[in-house]
Amino acid sequence: MVKVRFSSALSNVTHSRETIIEVGNTTVKTVLDKLVQQFGPDFEKRILEKGEVRRFVNLYVNGEDIRHLSGLDSPVKDTDEISILPAVSGG
Amino acid sequence: MSRVIGLKCRECGAEYPAVIQNTCYECFGPLEVNYDWDFISDHIDKKKIEAGPKSIWRYADLLPLESEKRIDLGAGFNKLHHAQRLGAVLGLDKLYILDESVNPTNSFKDRVTSVAISKAIEFNVKAVGCASTGNLAAAVGAHAAKAGLPAYIFIPATIELGKIVQMLIYGPNVIAVEGTYDDANRLASEVADSHPDWAFVNINIRPYYTEGSKTLAYETAEQLNWQVPDHIVAPMASGALLCAISRGFKELERVGFVDNADVKVSGSQPLNCSPISSAVQKNSEVIPVRNFETVAHSLAIGNPADGYYAKKTILDSGGYAATPTDTEIIEAIHLLARTEGIFTEPAGGTTIAGLKKLVESGHIQHDERVVVYVTGNGLKAQDTLLKSLQRPPVIKPMLSEFERLSAPSIEIHKQHVTPLAHS
Repeated sequence: MVKVRFSSALSNVTHSRETIIEVGNTTVKTVLDKLVQQFGPDFEKRILEKGEVRRFVNLYVNGEDIRHLSGLDSPVKDTDEISILPAVSGG
Repeated sequence: MSRVIGLKCRECGAEYPAVIQNTCYECFGPLEVNYDWDFISDHIDKKKIEAGPKSIWRYADLLPLESEKRIDLGAGFNKLHHAQRLGAVLGLDKLYILDESVNPTNSFKDRVTSVAISKAIEFNVKAVGCASTGNLAAAVGAHAAKAGLPAYIFIPATIELGKIVQMLIYGPNVIAVEGTYDDANRLASEVADSHPDWAFVNINIRPYYTEGSKTLAYETAEQLNWQVPDHIVAPMASGALLCAISRGFKELERVGFVDNADVKVSGSQPLNCSPISSAVQKNSEVIPVRNFETVAHSLAIGNPADGYYAKKTILDSGGYAATPTDTEIIEAIHLLARTEGIFTEPAGGTTIAGLKKLVESGHIQHDERVVVYVTGNGLKAQDTLLKSLQRPPVIKPMLSEFERLSAPSIEIHKQHVTPLAHS
């Protein structure tokens, strides 16, 4: 059971700020595939471009940017929390 | 009619009204202010600017405010020093320094904050906030106090004591976060997202906030008699400052105030945290850095929000990027203080050290008119600088004791022996 929290910038697609994905130990890519199944192509095009996470999207597993882990292949445990946030803040 | 049409995505061009929003709902790209340049060109007047207040607000016709109600502590319109002594050391005849250490809270962040908090007042928010490496925290604390708004400030727990003291005195809610700036910034982003009636200056109202840094370009050109320099050097953390300065010069060309905006734009980052500079040097993607340690705390951002645009701005302009070491940064602070009488923090040291490296590598030519932005005050980082100074000799109050100190001026220039902090 992985909890996924969404930025409000995704509200027009997800219509909620979080969801629960029923998976066992897996990868970020599998979680994203499940989210695309749930929320459709509008979700996919906002998060992914040519199969990679878009430049201005930050994906975190328990607060750690997946760019510092193994990208889409980063492991996800069934107790983990994933956050999807815009990259355009700070400085 | 208004000079602001709304917000526009820098990536896909989607347009939005001028509201509290920093992200495109279509592609997650960053939003920027979309101006009506015909309106601005019809209403802007160089003489009105020259007769205006000696602050960033002399350029109000180029800023995204609708009302006249401004939170103004007097940021901006700082002296552009002709740095002849430093120039002589570096072999530059036409070196200028815009000294930002003299702003109300002693860094360039007062410019962006004055614009952002004024905009927050227009949005009638209940609170303001930011993620900060220290300088922005003080600026937000001070401007929030002046506005009478509560402030929530997220900082990495490791920043300099001087900056923490300064921000606390204004009475904001300071939240020190374990980890790096990027961790504090992520948490602040989530808090901002959960409180849509709070304005986080560098998060959900970031499109307006970054506009404040354009005034550095306007001031530079105005003090050069409405001409642009050949080359500028700016420090880089998120990269937003460098992009805004470049944009400012282009806007002056657009309204006809300068003949051209052909300015080479170069940046500098500490070697230990240099995602943008490294990308420029390798002409590669900007790769976020996770673990880093540098004396230049105010530049220690591992995942720079404007890194992509900063790299593009630099390379498109014909500029380059430097990566000085911490030792070179500290040496540059000493050099600037001893040649120009300007005491800067390690971010300014990074800029001066970067300038030196760019001259030595031939990326800056000796005959170029160069403007360097010294963005913060050395008094904020005394604990860092103590380690590079020696406690002065103590003598009895007797002339003979003074005379016994042979050539005291030479001693003073050798103050690198025993670290003051440990003596």
